[in-house]
Amino acid sequence: MIHEELTDASRARRTLTGTARMLLALKLDGPLLIGLALIAVYGLVVLYSASGQRLGMVLRQVGHLAMGAAAMLALAQVNPNFLRRISPWLYAAGIALLLIVAGIGYIGKGAQRWLDLGVFRFQPSELMKLAVPMMCAWYLRERPLPPSLPSLALLALLIVVPAGLVVMQPDLGTGTLIMAAGALVVILAGLQFRVMGALAALAALGGWAGWHLLHGYQRDRVLTFMNPESDPLGAGYHIIQSTIAIGSGGVFGKGWMNGSQAQLDFLPESSTDFIYAVIGEEFGMLGQVLLILLYVFVVGRAIYLATQTQDTFSRLLAGSLAVTFFAYVFINTGMVSGLLPVVGVPLPLVSYGGSSMVTLLAGFGMLMSLYSHRRLIGS
Amino acid sequence: MVQGVRIKDHWKEQRLFERRALLAVAVVALLALVLCGRLYLLQVIRHDRYSQLSQGNRVRVEPIPAARGLMYDRNGTVLASGQPAYQLELVREEVPNLDATLQGLVAIGLLTDDELPEVRRNILSRRSFDSVPVRLRMSDEDAARFAVHRFEFPGVDIKTRESRLYPYGPLAVHAIGYVSAISEQDLAHIDRAAYSGTALIGKLGVEAAYEKELHGTNGYREILVNAEGRSVDKLGALTLQLKTQAPVAGDDLVLALDLKTQEAAEQALGDRRGAVVALDPRNGDVLALVSHPAFDPNLFAHGIGRAEYAALADDPDKPLLDRALRGTYPSGSTIKPALALAALTDHAVDPNHKVFCDGVFHLPGSRHLFRSDKDDPRGWIALSEAISRSSDVYFYGLAATLGIDRIAAFLTPLGYGRLTGIDIGGEKPGLLPTPAWKREAFSRPEDQVWFPGETVNMGLGQGYLLVTPLQLAHITGIIAERGRDFRPRVVKGVRDPDGHTRWLTPIEDQPILGVADADWSFVIEAMIGTTRCAQYCGTAWEAFKGAAYAAAGKTGTAQVYTVGQNATYNANIVPERLRDHAWFVAFAPAEAPRIAIAVLVENAGFGADAAAPLARKVLDAYLLGPDGRLKAQFAPPASDATDTRAAATRTADARPTGAGQAAR
Repeated sequence: MIHEELTDASRARRTLTGTARMLLALKLDGPLLIGLALIAVYGLVVLYSASGQRLGMVLRQVGHLAMGAAAMLALAQVNPNFLRRISPWLYAAGIALLLIVAGIGYIGKGAQRWLDLGVFRFQPSELMKLAVPMMCAWYLRERPLPPSLPSLALLALLIVVPAGLVVMQPDLGTGTLIMAAGALVVILAGLQFRVMGALAALAALGGWAGWHLLHGYQRDRVLTFMNPESDPLGAGYHIIQSTIAIGSGGVFGKGWMNGSQAQLDFLPESSTDFIYAVIGEEFGMLGQVLLILLYVFVVGRAIYLATQTQDTFSRLLAGSLAVTFFAYVFINTGMVSGLLPVVGVPLPLVSYGGSSMVTLLAGFGMLMSLYSHRRLIGS
Repeated sequence: MVQGVRIKDHWKEQRLFERRALLAVAVVALLALVLCGRLYLLQVIRHDRYSQLSQGNRVRVEPIPAARGLMYDRNGTVLASGQPAYQLELVREEVPNLDATLQGLVAIGLLTDDELPEVRRNILSRRSFDSVPVRLRMSDEDAARFAVHRFEFPGVDIKTRESRLYPYGPLAVHAIGYVSAISEQDLAHIDRAAYSGTALIGKLGVEAAYEKELHGTNGYREILVNAEGRSVDKLGALTLQLKTQAPVAGDDLVLALDLKTQEAAEQALGDRRGAVVALDPRNGDVLALVSHPAFDPNLFAHGIGRAEYAALADDPDKPLLDRALRGTYPSGSTIKPALALAALTDHAVDPNHKVFCDGVFHLPGSRHLFRSDKDDPRGWIALSEAISRSSDVYFYGLAATLGIDRIAAFLTPLGYGRLTGIDIGGEKPGLLPTPAWKREAFSRPEDQVWFPGETVNMGLGQGYLLVTPLQLAHITGIIAERGRDFRPRVVKGVRDPDGHTRWLTPIEDQPILGVADADWSFVIEAMIGTTRCAQYCGTAWEAFKGAAYAAAGKTGTAQVYTVGQNATYNANIVPERLRDHAWFVAFAPAEAPRIAIAVLVENAGFGADAAAPLARKVLDAYLLGPDGRLKAQFAPPASDATDTRAAATRTADARPTGAGQAAR
């Protein structure tokens, strides 16, 4: 065994290329980077078609990618100890900003998600996508795992308060993702299945009771949300058009820039939340499955990296970031293909938009930092 | 110690995390599979369904209306053609709020308030995706006005469509008919799919009767639309599969009408109310069909306004009424040749027997006086003279002798009281009264009795008897052809879009049998006598002075108003609408008839004065060349065309009971 490991290691050392040495120096993970890059390039190709062949939009998306890559590179250099130390402060700052945004929104009598900082607009909810799992991991870092019930109650509070604030903005998609990121930390920390089962039963009971407390029109709203096709001209329009787009694409698709649903504006938000339907229409099932495989590869690699980290904080945070990424993917693709209700969640690295791109790549930067700095922990 | 515990914890927790990570990978894989399963369902199992939905989304079928067939007169002059015009069309399913949209169109002056209910009803009766015309034939100004407001009216658009142009306006409108916007009633009997995209439909005359031939087959074009329903041009694979089906233009029609004759007839009538029908007795071709006053069919093709239509409908002169086919009048004395034929055929009278006429007829057993006109011939009169000079007293007696049953039995096959079967719609059968009819028509028993005096009235074509000008022209044609009965027709040929003309075979109905050739000749000679002066002058001799052909005719005066027993009819004191209608029927050249005509002038008085000169003008227009001589093609066979008198005499000499003997 030892002999083999030595030869493996020596061969690895011998075959280290310049690129690998550079990646090592930049604290980046090669396979993960390649997976992310492939998804991003695929996304740009699709975006060109989905945007109605607007090159300007593609170039702006390249800008978003560059910003995200910079954030990733920067965070990869940060020492995990620093990340761990700032976690509670970041979380507290995020809560404060959410409250400010909510306050402004209350005064302005309208939906408010943004904080206008003059130079750019900042979305505190994006920050919370990272801050909540960091906080949860920070809280659990020295406690014995699986967490005790009082710890769980506190964790629940830590997660529900920011998620609730975001849902009330209202931004159901981001709120869901924040909740998922926090909950995943707890689940990865070894939350007992019986507790999960009990929570699920409690949720079901609460749902059942809540259903009976709702007024008729409120129930209708929930039903429409669960089954949008019952309202073809309102909430259902998006989902009907996107299933048509995907279904009409067939196995091989209609060809790049030949998707009539997307090109003739039948598919709403074809560049943003519903871009997966454009892939389905123009590249067919093959194109969609290829993208899913890329995502699964990225998630798999990220989970692998998480298992290689050496302390509880790193493991929980890295694992949560990895699985949350897949939550993004599944919620978006599930919604676009009509499996899940419509909540506004972009397709990671493919949908047009800057905020989520930067947050996602920042998350991967943190993940790479947690992995690549692991030898430093002992010293 | 603490360190050891932590290390132990660390190991345990790492194992726990790895198990959870493995679980996460499994869940990720499972969800990815669920997703792939969903994609398989959508893209493989339900692919066809979604393909169709996608196709339906982006492709809209737009009809291409076929060009409506043109109409020519017998010499190739265009009587009805197409004309491109702007029209405003509305697609209901693309209009967010129909009522608001229509109100908006009223606000910018493209519709009027009183048109609204009808336009609205019309739109609602069409399929929601049909483009329904809401305003036909817009002026450039209207089009510009709409263009400014276009963005306010989604689903409403200006289309260039073919409209109808009648270059001669009101000329022959009652024969040609007109086209107008498709109405709710039309929709009940047409194939909506076939008329999708068609704005106009034939409403009357040839336009209506030959709608099927004229309409053609609409084509369609699949166009690419975006989510707003706007047509978009995209290159590439999207447009490649779009189908286009070219329309097939409607058939052109060659009418039997002769423009020159028609114009002459219209001019001859001038502004008087009346009708002229001229036929070619050899095949039923309608050479001229006039009903005055007329109206401009272009009004209807433009989209007639409510007020304009009301003005036409409420006009006391009834321009919309086709007097030629639907105007029913007493025949007056024009019935006399037919009665004479009946009497001769049944040997009810001796043509040489003379009757003493003194202006009044007494029916044996009745105190009623049957008056004749003050100009009625007096003295001893035989049948031939009684026809030529239109003796009322003679025919009172003849009718009484024949009896109503024999009269009806002869007149029915000749065409009285029945439809001629002309190829355009709307004709009325008139009425040939009989005792049986009277029993049916009246409810009170005392009204159901047939009085002998009513039979006497038949001798003058009065009483309940009603005929249409078309009927009389047709009957005159049958006499001209000595019993051969050709169904009148306005259309004689159908030309398909490739230019091949299919000439329609004239339809010959059951001929009049049992009339001796000599009796035909006798009556025809007597009718020729109407138009000339020999031993005596016929009633219409003045009108036919110097004619280049022999015409056989009969005048008629149809009473509208019954003069009291002791009163005399004085046109000057009778209101105009109650004055007598003037009739004249004729055919010419008498030896080889090429045209049979019936002229009716309403409330104009004596047929000889008011109607015969008109008939002369029409006959001249048709028969004479520019040099004032009979056209070569109308020259009677084997005789000098100009010497009609000689020809007539020769014909008469060849027959044992010709006009010559009868006139003795």
